[in-house]
Amino acid sequence: MSDDLFRYVLRLADDHLILGQRLGEWCGKAPSLEEDLALANIGLDCLGQARALFTYAGKVEGKGRDEDDLAFLRPEREYCNALLVEQPNRDFAWAIARQFYFSAFMLPFWRAMGKSTDDDLRAIAAKAEKEVAYHLRHSAEWVIRLGDGTEESRRRMIAALEELFIYTGELFEMDDVALAMVSEGVAVDASELRDEWRRTVDGVLSEAHLTAPEAAYDQTGGREGRHTEHLGHLLSELQYMQRAYPGLEW
Amino acid sequence: MYSQGLIGADGRTDEDEAFLAAFQERIDAEMKIEPNDPMPEGYRKTLVRQISQHAHSEVIGMQPEGNWITRAPTLRRKAALLAKVQDEGGHGLYLYSAAETLGVSREEMTDQLLSGAAKYSSIFNYPTLTWGDIGAIGWLVDGAAIMNQIPLCRCSFGPYARAMIRVCKEESFHQRQGYEIMMTLARGSDEQKAMAQDALDRYWWPSLMMFGPSEGSSVHSSQSMAWKIKRFTNDELRDKFINATVPQAEYLGLTVPDPDLKWNEERQSYDHGEIDWDEFWRVVKGDGPCNRERLRNRTRVHEEGAWVREAALAHAEKRRERAEAAKIAAE
Repeated sequence: MSDDLFRYVLRLADDHLILGQRLGEWCGKAPSLEEDLALANIGLDCLGQARALFTYAGKVEGKGRDEDDLAFLRPEREYCNALLVEQPNRDFAWAIARQFYFSAFMLPFWRAMGKSTDDDLRAIAAKAEKEVAYHLRHSAEWVIRLGDGTEESRRRMIAALEELFIYTGELFEMDDVALAMVSEGVAVDASELRDEWRRTVDGVLSEAHLTAPEAAYDQTGGREGRHTEHLGHLLSELQYMQRAYPGLEW
Repeated sequence: MYSQGLIGADGRTDEDEAFLAAFQERIDAEMKIEPNDPMPEGYRKTLVRQISQHAHSEVIGMQPEGNWITRAPTLRRKAALLAKVQDEGGHGLYLYSAAETLGVSREEMTDQLLSGAAKYSSIFNYPTLTWGDIGAIGWLVDGAAIMNQIPLCRCSFGPYARAMIRVCKEESFHQRQGYEIMMTLARGSDEQKAMAQDALDRYWWPSLMMFGPSEGSSVHSSQSMAWKIKRFTNDELRDKFINATVPQAEYLGLTVPDPDLKWNEERQSYDHGEIDWDEFWRVVKGDGPCNRERLRNRTRVHEEGAWVREAALAHAEKRRERAEAAKIAAE
């Protein structure tokens, strides 16, 4: 139980840290000051969620690892975030598409997690749900603006939505760890959230006068530590200080 | 959005002696000047210059610290740094809004920044080479900014004074965070102590330069003082900063890189060594270590974001047209 719970919480923590890191890369680079603030804001929410989840994962594991040990001292094969969140920023449409797909999943996820038998996860879910509602609104509005904006913005929005679509299937994936947690009443059966997610995505895309992509296949592997080539570079940067100067206070 | 109504408004004033005297009387009575009040053209221009350069400094200032967000050594520090840089973007927004009340648009101000016509604080042309620099910037650069900005909370122009009240609260929080980083380093390993000392060595003089040139060569000083845009001279503020900061450095066990720094009992103030004004002017005129990099980045961000801003405009226009069409159809 506790090993499965550890792995389950760690996945969630990794998702949020990696996405927070990607959003942090936008700092000072957004198309307007207002968007700089918005992306930093979402990034901060993700980081906050990651920290709460890492701290809880460390407690469940019981080996004395804190949020920083878990974030900075695991190599890429031990990271278990979804592939979607590690995708690079490329352009603003990519950042928006990635955020939109992810937030459209996380909102019903946290809502369902509000019924978890696990007190810590329930508490984290209650806070996260409010934040994600804002993230979803922000990214959905931009999908609509870009999709129904100029010819160029429409082209870029379509490209980002289509290219990232193959990574969305992984969000609904259920393996032994997740199933064991569902049977304990701790976890959410992500596969049951697929229809709601699809309705959210289709609704926003139709408002943007876009058609929802179909995936030829789902690219997965993140939960088992099989990532895209992007993650290693992200972690090199993220972990540099702790690797260079281990075991210190900062 | 009361500022928007003023853009393009006729800023001319009838500046006869009676007008100027009446204006000065209001200033001397410590009355706040508000956007719709008549004001001398020189007063308006000085404020536009100063507030917009202040706004630009906040925006350009996001770069040296933003440089360390992805590499911050702990999650707590990463979150604090990201929040801080976000605050700076917010300060930029307040300040652009305050400047807009004087009849200049954010677009015009941005163009002036990117063309090099408008300046920003010289400090942001120095690179952040180690994590120690993030501590030094919080401690020294934000510390110097606070010394400059606290008197601006009483500036005669209302919108600027009010923006400064809010900015100062956040800045002093950042400054404490920066000092806390320095303290952690100073109490840490030998490598960390060396990192802290090195950061102080590199940021000390550039921080002193943030107060601007000495009185003799400060063109804008006397008129700004009379108009109560400025409340203290550059050297007065610089002394205040040094007097507050030297004991902090001592507390950290760090050495201020100025062999001529000495307490002057008579003045009850530190005497300091000569500032390298050649370096200062070189940096202000565009030849500092990072000037080109900072502007290149800002220009690239502006250009790369154009399609997004155009999309937002085009979409807003489409919405407006649709709403109008729907309204006509309903009639």
